[in-house]
Amino acid sequence: MQTKTTGKVQGIIANLVTIEVDGPVAQNEICFIHLGDTRLMSEVIKVTGKIASAQVYESTRGLRVGDHVTFEGHMLEVQLGPGLLSSNYDGLQNNLATMEGVFLKRGEYTEPIDREAKWDFKPLAKKGDTVTAGDWLGEVMEGWMVHKIMVPFIMTDTYTVQEVTKEGSYTVDKKIAILKDADGKTHDVTMVQKWPVKRAITAYMEKPRPYKVLETGVRTIDTFNPMAEGGTGFIPGPFGCGKTVLQHALAKQAEADIIVMAACGERANEVVEIFAEFPKLIDPRTGRHLMDRTTIICNTSNMPVAAREASVYTAMTICEYYRAMGHKTLLLADSTSRWAQALREMSNRMEELPGQDGFPMDLSATIANFYARAGIVTLNNGETGSVTFIGTVSPAGGNLKEPVTESTQKATRCFYALSQNRADRKRYPAVDPMESYSKYLEYPEIIKYYSEKIGEDWIDMVWEGKNFVRRGKEAYEQINILGDDGVPLEYHINYWKSELIDFIILQQDAFDDVDASTPMERQKYMYTKIINVCRQKFEFDDFESCSAYFKKMINIFRQMNYSEYESEDFKRYEKEIEELLTEKIQA
Amino acid sequence: MAQAFQRIYTRLEGITKATVMLNAQRITNDELATVDGRLAQVVKINGDRVTLQIFGGTEGIATNSEVVFWGEAPSLNVSDQLAGRFFNAYGNPIDGGPQVEGEHREIGGPSVNPFKRKQPSQLIPTGIAGIDLNNTLVSGQKIPFFADPDQPYNQVMATVALRADVDKIILGGMGLTNDDYLYFRQSFENAGKLSKIISFVNTTDDPPVERLLIPDMALTAAEYFAVDKNEKVLVLLTDMTLYADALSIVSNRMDQIPSKDSMPGSLYSDLAKIYEKAVLLPSGGSITIIAVTTLNGGDITHAIPDNTGYITEGQLFLRHDSDTGKVIVDPFRSLSRLKQLVIGKQTREDHNQVMNTAIRLYADAADAKTKMENGFDLSDYDLRALDFAKEYSLKLLSIDVNINITEMLERTWKLFAKYFSKEEVSIREDLIDQYWPKGEE
Repeated sequence: MQTKTTGKVQGIIANLVTIEVDGPVAQNEICFIHLGDTRLMSEVIKVTGKIASAQVYESTRGLRVGDHVTFEGHMLEVQLGPGLLSSNYDGLQNNLATMEGVFLKRGEYTEPIDREAKWDFKPLAKKGDTVTAGDWLGEVMEGWMVHKIMVPFIMTDTYTVQEVTKEGSYTVDKKIAILKDADGKTHDVTMVQKWPVKRAITAYMEKPRPYKVLETGVRTIDTFNPMAEGGTGFIPGPFGCGKTVLQHALAKQAEADIIVMAACGERANEVVEIFAEFPKLIDPRTGRHLMDRTTIICNTSNMPVAAREASVYTAMTICEYYRAMGHKTLLLADSTSRWAQALREMSNRMEELPGQDGFPMDLSATIANFYARAGIVTLNNGETGSVTFIGTVSPAGGNLKEPVTESTQKATRCFYALSQNRADRKRYPAVDPMESYSKYLEYPEIIKYYSEKIGEDWIDMVWEGKNFVRRGKEAYEQINILGDDGVPLEYHINYWKSELIDFIILQQDAFDDVDASTPMERQKYMYTKIINVCRQKFEFDDFESCSAYFKKMINIFRQMNYSEYESEDFKRYEKEIEELLTEKIQA
Repeated sequence: MAQAFQRIYTRLEGITKATVMLNAQRITNDELATVDGRLAQVVKINGDRVTLQIFGGTEGIATNSEVVFWGEAPSLNVSDQLAGRFFNAYGNPIDGGPQVEGEHREIGGPSVNPFKRKQPSQLIPTGIAGIDLNNTLVSGQKIPFFADPDQPYNQVMATVALRADVDKIILGGMGLTNDDYLYFRQSFENAGKLSKIISFVNTTDDPPVERLLIPDMALTAAEYFAVDKNEKVLVLLTDMTLYADALSIVSNRMDQIPSKDSMPGSLYSDLAKIYEKAVLLPSGGSITIIAVTTLNGGDITHAIPDNTGYITEGQLFLRHDSDTGKVIVDPFRSLSRLKQLVIGKQTREDHNQVMNTAIRLYADAADAKTKMENGFDLSDYDLRALDFAKEYSLKLLSIDVNINITEMLERTWKLFAKYFSKEEVSIREDLIDQYWPKGEE
C-alpha cells in the first residue's frame, strides 16, 4: 500500500490553487486542502513538474501559502445504490437535505446514500452463474421502481458467482454476493458501488440507433419535432423565452421511468419550484408522485463555479446507472452554457491560449463527448435501457453563432430553437416551427415506429403540416411587403391556415390543467382534424371576412384544447366547428 | 484601526494602475490591507509574492509605502444601529453619525442551501399596472430595471420601494451622481421612512473600483435583518452596469483575457453571486432585490444586460412611448418569472388570461402600426387595435398609474369590450361570461 501523496499550497488566484507535491499525482485526482479543521475538496487540472494546479470546489477565502494538502488517489466519484431517487444533491453528490443550517457551510460534505435505510433484497443470480460488469445479481424496490443490484461497473473481467445472499431486508453496505475471478480471487459485492463521473459507463452489449419515440406531451415537440428514446436534443434561447418552463414541462410529462434534472449554474428559485411542486404532482401515467422518479442535481449559479462542471457529469452517471438496470431515463441539463463558462473561467486563470470568445480550444470535443454518453442500449441480458438527453443552451445575446451553441448543434439530433419574436408575442412554447428540427423524423427506424404505432400516413401528415406553416410564413411576409390588398386572397387563406396550426397545435398553455399535457392519442386526433381543415378549399369575399372566419374557428378550437378530451364540452365545440365548416363550404 | 498582531511591510516590488506587488509571508487569500492608508485586498498569492488590489487606485503610491495587513476579509458591523444610516463602500458612516457597534461580519458570505429556501409566494403590490398586472413582483425575487440612461429609473425605483410593504429598504448606490444620491435621501425623508432605510453609497466622486464592495455590503446588512431578525428586506442596487464596468477595469489591470464586450469571463458568476442573495427564508424573512442595469441605446444583447437577464427572475423594461408621450413598462420585453406563483392565486382568477390577451392585442397593434408606416391601408380591426393600444398604454402601462390590481383588471376588460368582440378577445368562455362588462355586448 502506497502512502498518500501530500503537498503544500504554493499560490492562490481565486479558486485556482497551485500545490507543491511530494509524490505521484494524477490528472483529475481529487485532493483536500486543509484550512484549520475544514477540508476543501479540489480537483487537479494540470501538473507541471512538482507543481499541481487544482480547482477548488469551494471559496478559497483565508487560504495561505503552506497550507497542507492531501491527495486521495482517485478521480471525482459518485456513489451508486438504492436511495438515489427523490434525493437532492449538489454537483458533488452531497445530500442537500441532510446539511445543517440555512447556509451552505464550506467543507461540509454529506453522505449521498442513506446507510441506515433497509431494502428488501431479492436475489436474481445464482451460484455458478458467469457474470461481468453491469450484470444483475439481485434487486430491491426503490419506491415503486425496481432497482437492480449489479456487478460493479469497474469489475470488467468475467466472474463466477460463488454466493448470493438470500432474500431479506438489508442496509446498502450488506455484502450481497461473492464473486470469484479467473485467478480464484474472491470479491465481495454490496448494494453500493463507486464510479468516476467523467468516464462513461459502458457495461452494455450494444448501442443501436434510436428506434422509438419518447412522448413528452408537448405538442410542438411530439407532433412536429419528436424526440427519440435515447436521443439527444438541445434548447437554445435568449432569456425570457420560456426555456425553463419548457424544461419543467418535459420533466413533469415525459414518458420516462426516471428523470434526472441537473440545475447547472442556474437560478436557485427555479430549483425551489421543483422542490415545492414535484412532491405534490402526480404522474398521470402511473398515478405515482413525480418526485419518486426524480433526482435533482443542483449547483445553482451562486454555488462554487468549479462544481458546475462536476454537476452535469454526476447527473449523467446517475442516468447511466439506471439505464444499466433497463430503465428509460431522461436527463435534463439547464444550462450547459454555464458549464462551458466554468471551463472558460478556469482556462483563463491557467493562462491557456483561448479559442473563440475566450472558451477553451477543446470545448467542442468536450461537449460532443458528453452528449455521446446518451443513447438507447441493449444490455448483456438482452433488455434495453436508455438515456435521453436534452440540454439547454443560453447563447450570449441570443445570438446562435457562438461556440457553445455551435458545438452543441453538431453533437445533437434535435434542435428546439426558442424565438424571441414568438416569446414577445406570447406564443408559448416559443419553439420556432421553421428553425427547429428533429433529425429523427428522417430515421427509417422512427418512420417505421410511427407507421406501426400512430398511423401509416402520420409522417406524411407531419411534413404536410410543416409545409402549411412554411407557406403561411411566406404569405405573411408578402402581405407585410405588399399590403393586405396587394396580395391575392389565397395568400390570406394560406396565412390563416398556418395561424390555425400555430394556435391550436404549436401553442400550448403550460399553466392550464388540461392544455398543459396532451397525450399522443389526443394529439393525433386534433392534428388530423386541423390538417383536414387546412386541406379544405375556402372561398371568401375579401380578406377581412377571411380573417374573421378563421379567428372564430381558432377561438372554438382553443376552447376545445381547454376542455377534457371527449368531454361534453369538447364534443359541443367540435360540433360548432363542423357547423362553421359546412357553412363556409356551402357558401 | 491598526492592531498589535498586524504585519507591516515597507517595500513594494511592483505597481500598476490598480495593484501593487510585494513579498510577504503568511498572508491569507482575500484579506484586507492598507497601502499608504488606502484600502486594498489580496487578489493573488504566488509563493511569497502577494498582489494587492487598491480600491482607490495607485496614484502617488511609492515603493516605500507602508503596507499593513489586517488578517481579515472585508467586514461590516451589523446591529439594529444600521437603520436610518448612510455609509460609504467601506461601511464607514458618511452622515456624520457615530460608527455602528455590533457583530463584526465578513461580507460576501456563503450561499443559502437551495434545499432550505422557500418558494416565493407573497405579492409585492406597487400600484403600477405595467408591473402589478403584467409583471407582478414577488418577495424573494430579484429583478432589474433595464433602462436607457435618460429614463427616470431611479425615480421609479424609489416609488416602488416606498410603496412596497417591507420592513427595511437597503440602498446600494454605485456611481450615483450626487444629485441622485440626494434625490433618494430626500424622497426617503419626505416619506418619513428614513428609519427603515440603510444606504451604502459610492458616488461618481469616489474611485470606481470601490463600487465592487457596495453590493456585498448592502447584502450583508440585508442578511442581518432577514436572517437574524426575520424581516422583509428590499435591496435596491443602482446602477449594476457601473458595477460591471468596475469589474472589467480590475480584470483588465490583472491581465485577464476578456470575453464578450471586454467583460471578464467570470461576469456571469460575479453577478449571480450578488443576485442570488435574494431569498425567502424558512423563518419568513426575505430579501428582494430590485436593481438597475442601464443600457446603451436599448441594446440588451450587450454582455451586462444579457448575463443579468439569465440570472435575474425577469426584467422590467422602461421605454418612452411616443404615441402617448409617457414612460411605460414595455409589455413585450418585460417579464416577471415569478408572477405565476401569485397571479390567479393572490389575485383574481382572470388575471393570467386578461394579461396575456391584452399583450397579444397590443402586439396586433404593433403589427398594424408597421403596416401603417409602410403606407398600407389599415383594416377595421387594425384601427381598433391601434386605438386600444393607445388607451392601454395611457391607462395601464404608463408608470404614473397608481391603482390596485382588481381595478387594473376591470379597466382592461372595459378596454376589451370597447374595442373588440368576444371572439377577437378569445378568452376562456367561463371568464368571458363572468367578467365581460355588462351592457356592452
